[in-house]
Parts: sequence; structure tokens; C-alpha cells
Amino acid sequence: MIRTPNIDPKPVENERDIQSDSTFREHVKNAIPLWLRELKKSNWANFKKLPLPTKKTESWRFAKTDDLSPKGYSLASDNRSDPSNATPPSEDLSINSSGKIELSNDSTLNFIEAHRDFLKKGLIWMTLEDAQRHHSDILQEYFLKVGPNLGSEKYQALHAAFAQNGTLLYVPPGLEVKLPFITSNSIGGQNLAGFPCTLIIADTNSHVDFEETFQNSPGSSSSLVCATASIFARQGSRVFYKAIQDWGMDTVSFHLNSVIADRDAEVKTVTLNLGSSHTRNEQHTRIVGEGCNVENYSISVPTGKQELDQRTLQSHCAPNSRSNLLFKNALGDNSRSIFSGLIKVDKNAQQTDAYQTNRNLLLSSGAEANALPGLEILANDVRCSHGATTGKIDEEQLYYLRTRGIRKSLAKQLLVFGFLEEIITKIEREELRNQLRELIRRKLQDQ
Amino acid sequence: MVSTKTLDIDRDKGDFRYAEDYSFDAGHGLNEKTVNYISEVKEEEDWIRKFRLKALKVFENKPLPTHWASQDLSSIDFDKIRYYLAKGQQPSRSWDEVPGDVKETFERLGIPEQERRFLAGVEAQFDSEAAYSNVKDQLAEEGVIFVGSTEALREYPDIFRKYFGRVIPVGDNKFSALNSAVFSGGSFIYVPPGVKVSQPLQAYFRINAENFGQFERTLIIADEGAEVTYMEGCTAPKFETTTLHSAVVELVALPGAKIQYITVQNWSNNVFNLVTKRGLALDEAEIKWIDCNIGSRLTMKYPGVVLKGRKSRGEVLSIALAGDGQHQDTGAKMTHVADETTSNIVAKSISVGEGRSSYRGVVEMPKHLRNCRNNTECDALLINSNSRTDTYPAITVRGDGNSVQHEASVSKVSAEQIFYMRQRGLSEGEAMSLAVNGFVNDLVREFPLEYSVELKRLIDMEMEDSIG
Repeated sequence: MIRTPNIDPKPVENERDIQSDSTFREHVKNAIPLWLRELKKSNWANFKKLPLPTKKTESWRFAKTDDLSPKGYSLASDNRSDPSNATPPSEDLSINSSGKIELSNDSTLNFIEAHRDFLKKGLIWMTLEDAQRHHSDILQEYFLKVGPNLGSEKYQALHAAFAQNGTLLYVPPGLEVKLPFITSNSIGGQNLAGFPCTLIIADTNSHVDFEETFQNSPGSSSSLVCATASIFARQGSRVFYKAIQDWGMDTVSFHLNSVIADRDAEVKTVTLNLGSSHTRNEQHTRIVGEGCNVENYSISVPTGKQELDQRTLQSHCAPNSRSNLLFKNALGDNSRSIFSGLIKVDKNAQQTDAYQTNRNLLLSSGAEANALPGLEILANDVRCSHGATTGKIDEEQLYYLRTRGIRKSLAKQLLVFGFLEEIITKIEREELRNQLRELIRRKLQDQ
Repeated sequence: MVSTKTLDIDRDKGDFRYAEDYSFDAGHGLNEKTVNYISEVKEEEDWIRKFRLKALKVFENKPLPTHWASQDLSSIDFDKIRYYLAKGQQPSRSWDEVPGDVKETFERLGIPEQERRFLAGVEAQFDSEAAYSNVKDQLAEEGVIFVGSTEALREYPDIFRKYFGRVIPVGDNKFSALNSAVFSGGSFIYVPPGVKVSQPLQAYFRINAENFGQFERTLIIADEGAEVTYMEGCTAPKFETTTLHSAVVELVALPGAKIQYITVQNWSNNVFNLVTKRGLALDEAEIKWIDCNIGSRLTMKYPGVVLKGRKSRGEVLSIALAGDGQHQDTGAKMTHVADETTSNIVAKSISVGEGRSSYRGVVEMPKHLRNCRNNTECDALLINSNSRTDTYPAITVRGDGNSVQHEASVSKVSAEQIFYMRQRGLSEGEAMSLAVNGFVNDLVREFPLEYSVELKRLIDMEMEDSIG
């Protein structure tokens, strides 16, 4: 008689399952401002109503969809007492920062306040939990208000229904903050669902720098993450956003990010993707004012059976703006990547400069890269281009290095670094650059 | 409604006028009766009828692809369309009824007098057999078979049945299923091993009522080492009373063979032109599609090559010109399934006025292949501020043995270019058409001479209207 091993990682539906109404009812009764409660309720209804993506869903073309069910997870925020949370991941972040937030299972673990001078000038650096009590007015305007809407609307709704903590950063007009604000998000435990939320509002002519990391604490397994990061860059502001996604290798993660850039704003985002068995990254940049410059960069080094699914949209709704997007993937083992990008230029967005590039380096015979670089151009006086290339490590370059006495595996690694360095150099801060290189090196070595 | 009893096939060639009497067609709408009627009129063998009926089921069951394609597709009313007009039967009008601008277009393009009348729908057919009889004799001498689909399936089943419907299966898409159910007309060509057909074969060589039908079916087989070039369509606008055209074209290049297929599509702008074209290239064979789309309301056409044999090669060169009220949704599909296969796609589109052009492409390289290469270039030119262009490629590569590159750009004719030319005494319209002709020049050169001349004139005409 054949016995199937009894190791189903996801427990059968119980009353704590995030899909069950009782879980939501229990969660929403704690939502303090009334408007938030209503907002969450409508999102919950939306979540229930929206279908799961399937293979045939156009916005999920080429993607695996069988591992996306939100069934069998319970709320991370209900697991604050989990002993594995006691020691949060102590990734070296011991640099000078303007403020720090450490979140674990959507609850606040550590909080380092921003400098008093900044606070006096009106800067807000706060966990979203606190912000719900102190800045309901700001949240009502910005919290859970935008989503990329590039296919993950169901998960966006799930996020909006359960999001309760995260980061609020408001920079008042004219304030320039040099040192970065830093948030670390982690989840610890089994089959938990987390909903990190980051909200950055840079008011007129302000400058700000923000970094965040995403990790599972040791010993945790099979998490579901629906995270959002929304950046509102007002007139003349400058925002630099950096994210390191290093979830455990059995975590399914959604990172649904939006940028709204107003007149003369400059926004730069750099993302490093390392973890997750399946990660879906949506990035929607809306250019609503003239003279903007928005740059989106991403590095990914999937290995094993990881699936990396990236969907981007650069919407140019105003003239005389520029956007540039460069996503580089180095794929090992049997990993897969999907890059689906679109530049949309509205009728009135004349003199737009928009670029979109996806470069894939396939490092093994089992790796697969899918590229769908798209353009929709409705204005004629524009410069728009996109490019997608998929290739392997150049044999001649490899040969050159080997003739200099460098062993093959190291030579390959050097060439991969050469490929990724273009984006790493976009980061101004040396320590972070080195941290990125070290994380990539470690991942490539594990291979 | 369907009448089959009074079939008069040998009508006088001059007698085209029966506008109110449609007793020889299959009536409006599509059902099993229509298909059976077509099959009966054509005196087809049972397997073809079954093939048609099966295709009808597939067509009925497949949804319209509006989840990715233009919503405009849903405005096709399949019940109001005539799917078949019996031989020699076509609605016609008098030369006086032909609009003045149409006549002028013919004049300026330099279309032969006889062809003008046919293109304008004044004559349902004209006798090209005599004009091109020399060509036909020569082809027959070399053993080339060049006949219509009905005749081919009846008289050469051994040759054509083997590949008929194999490159493009019935269920490939909704419109290939539609074509499979109601196809009529089109060319079937077989070129024996080693024969290199020196002149391009043209659909014109054997024009009859069916030839430019709504649901053409073309199958070209080039046997080992053979070479052939085929041309369909012409630069002159073709005026149509029917609004849906859905052709299927299958090419088979056996080892070492070369097929070049040239299309110039200029349907009048009330036509939905939904075409499936694909070639199968075996070892070291080469298939090249040259595709030029000027007319129609909505064209959806993505010529493809299945690179099945080692070292085979596929190429698509495409030009699209979208004017007011037009959507040219064109592209290419390259499927690499053997080692050392290469493919090249160059697509250029021009959007004028409120025209919209889209490039849609698929490049696939599955696992375990070595040294496959693809190059794709898409360039779009936008003439007016309300013109539109889109690019939607999809590229899948598995494994570390292949390389693919894709590039697309969008631009407009620069003010400096126009200024420079105007300084030298050219009018704005002339300057614009010179710039646009320069944009497509490297592709137009690939066309046979008379086509490239006509194409240049056509662009001149389109540009004149776009200025001011």
C-alpha cells in the first residue's frame, strides 16, 4: 500500500485563515478611524469578488498562477508572541540614518525617531499604526489610495483589507534630508501573511532618501506577502527609494508599487530581488506634471526554481517629462523571469522622452526569460524606445578571463557582476552599494 | 433561402450585372447549410466537407480575441455577411458610379486600364490568361503546379492534402477556423525539387471571380532545393462590397528550399482584414515574408515561420501605413524548434492623421536548443499629433545557448529635415513624403521594382493629404 507522506504545509481552512470572513471581522473591528474601517470593508468585498488570476489572464501571460492562492495563511499580525520574533534579523544597518523603523509581523519592534529639528519643521516619520491615531487626515488623503493595477488587483484589495502597519514619511516643503530613512520589514512563523505598507509624501521642493528591506526571520516558512510602496512626489521634490527584497525561498510575495510624480519632480527607485519562490513586482509610474524625471532600476538574480514576475507601466500624462526604466536579470538554474513593461504616452504628453530596457542573462540551460516590452504612443513629438535582449555569458570574455588564470566559476561571477554593476552604481551611498554586492555574491555562491 | 438548383457556371464573361439576384450565393449568415452549400457547389470530396464542418464548430466555439485585440472586432456582425458567391457571380457597378478620387488614384499610380475596371468593382473579372500565357507555358514545362484551391484539392490530392491545414491547424485561431469552414479561391503552388522559378508568380496570372475572394486559401510547397517568389495584392485600392476578409496562407519549404511571399494589401477602409499566415521551414530552408499593409479598416496579420529544420531561416519585413480611421495591427511570429536557426524581423509603421499602427510579435526559443538567434527591429513614425502607435512584443528564451535582441523606437519627422528640404525649394508635402520614403526605403528596396515604384507614389499621395 502506498502511503502519501502527510506533510501538507498549509493547514486546512480554519477560522484564522485570511480568507475567512471571521478573520476579517476580527481584524477590522480594531480599525480606529471610521473612514478606514469603511475603506477596509469595501476592499474586503472587492477581494472576495475579484477572481484569482489564471493562465489565460492577459496581465498574467507567461506567469505561473497555481501557487498564488491566499488560502491556508493566517495573519502575521496575530502572531506577535511567536518566539521566533524575539530576535529580529540583525542585518547590518548600523549606519547613520535619519530615522529607523523595524517591523516584524506587521507590528513595531523598534522605532528610532527622526531628528527634532526635522520634526519641528513638520516632518513626519512614524509607523502607520501610530499615524492612524495622530495623522488620520494625511492617511485619509494618501493611505491605500493608489495601486499599480497591473493585474494584482485582488491582492491589492487583500492588502488594503488587512494593512495596519508600515511606514509613513512626510517631508514638508523645502526640507532637504541628507541621510536615509530606513525601514526593515520581517515576517517570522509558519504560513503567515504579512502586509507591509510604505507611504512616502515629498512635499514641494523637498529632498528625501529612503531604504527598506524585506526578510523572513530564521526558522520561518511559507509566508505570503502583499506589500505596497507608494511615493507621492510633489512639485520640485526629489525622492530616492531603494528596496532589498530578500524573503525566504518559499515565500510568495507581491510588491505593488506606485510613483506619482508632479511638476519638476525627480524620483529614482532601485530594487534588488533575491528571495521568494514566486515574486510579483508591479511598478506603476504616473507622470502628472511637466518637467519630471523618473528612473526605475531593478536587479534580480533568481536561482533554483524561483519565478520573478515583473510588470511595469510608465504613464506619461503630461508633456516635457522623462522616464527611464532598466531591469536587469541574471537567471540561474531553473529559474524563470517575466518582464512585461509598457510605456503609455497620452495625446497631450508631447516632448516626452521615455525609455524602457530589459536585459536578461541566462546562466544555465534550464533558465527561462520572457520579455514583453510594450509601447502605446498617442503623441507624435516624442522620443520613445524600448529594447529587450536575452543572451548568455560572452564566450570570448570568459576565455579572456580564463587565460589570465581566473577559474571558470569565478570568471563567470565576475562577468555577472559586470552585467549588474551598471545599476549598482546608481546608488550613491557606498555602504549600501557594498551591501548589495555582498548579498548578490552570497546568492551566486550558494548556487 | 439557399438555392442550389439553377447553377449556370458557363456564363458569358461580359454578363456581370445581376445586382438584385443573389440566387447563386450562399445567402447571409453562417451555419451548416452554408458550408454544405459551398461544398456542393465546388463538388468537393467528402473529406473536405467534413473538414469544413469541423472547422465551423471550432469557429463557433472560439471567443473573439478581444481580451488582447482591438474591441473593434466585436462590431463584425457575422450574420450579415455573405460567405460565398458562386463562380462568376459578383455584384458590380458602372464606371460612372466609381468615385472620382478613386479614378484619380488609379491614374496617378499608373494602373493598367483593364485592371482599373476590375479593381474598382466595375468588372467582376477580366481575362488575364491570355496576357500571361507565356508564363503559364513555361511553368508547366518545369513541372510547376499553379492552380486554384478547388482545382488543386480535386486534381492533385496526393501533393496538397499532405500539407493542407497542417501548418495552420483549423483551431489556430477563430479566423483560421472561419477560413477553414468557408474557404474559396487563393492559389495552390507546387515547385518540384531543384526548380528555381525565375519570375515572381503573381495572383494576377490567374485572375477570376474567386481569386480575390473574401476567404482565400493559399498553399505553397517548395520541394527540396526549389525556389519561388509569390506576390499577392497590389498597391491600388481594391474596392469591396464585403466587409470581412479572412485568408489563410500556408507555406512549406522542404530542405534547402526558399520561398519568398510578398503581399501588398490595400483593401478599401471598410474592410476587416484578419489573416493567418505561417510557413514551415525544414533543414536549411528559408522563408521570407514581405508584408505591406496600406488599406482596410482593421488588419490583424502576423506572418510567422516555424523553424523546424536545422539551420533554417525565417524573415519578416513589414511596412504598415495607417491613415484616418485605420488600425494596422501587424507583426510577426517566429517559433524556433531546431538548433542553429535564425530569424529576423524588421517592422516599420507610419501613422498618419488619426491612424493607429500596432506591432505585435512573438519570438519563442524553447529549451535544449543551441545557437539560435533572433533580431527584431520595430520603428514607428508618427506624422500628426493625433496619430498613434503601439508595440507589444513577447519574447521567450530558455537555456543559455541562444541570443535574442529586440529594439523599438518611435519618432517623428524632424522640423530640421523639413526646413532643410523646403529651403531647397520643395513644398512641405513633397518634403514630408521624401522623409517618409526615406524612413521605409531600406525595406521598399526589397520589393520587386514595379511594386516599389507604386509604393513610393502611394506614400506621396498619403503625405500630401496629411499636411496642412
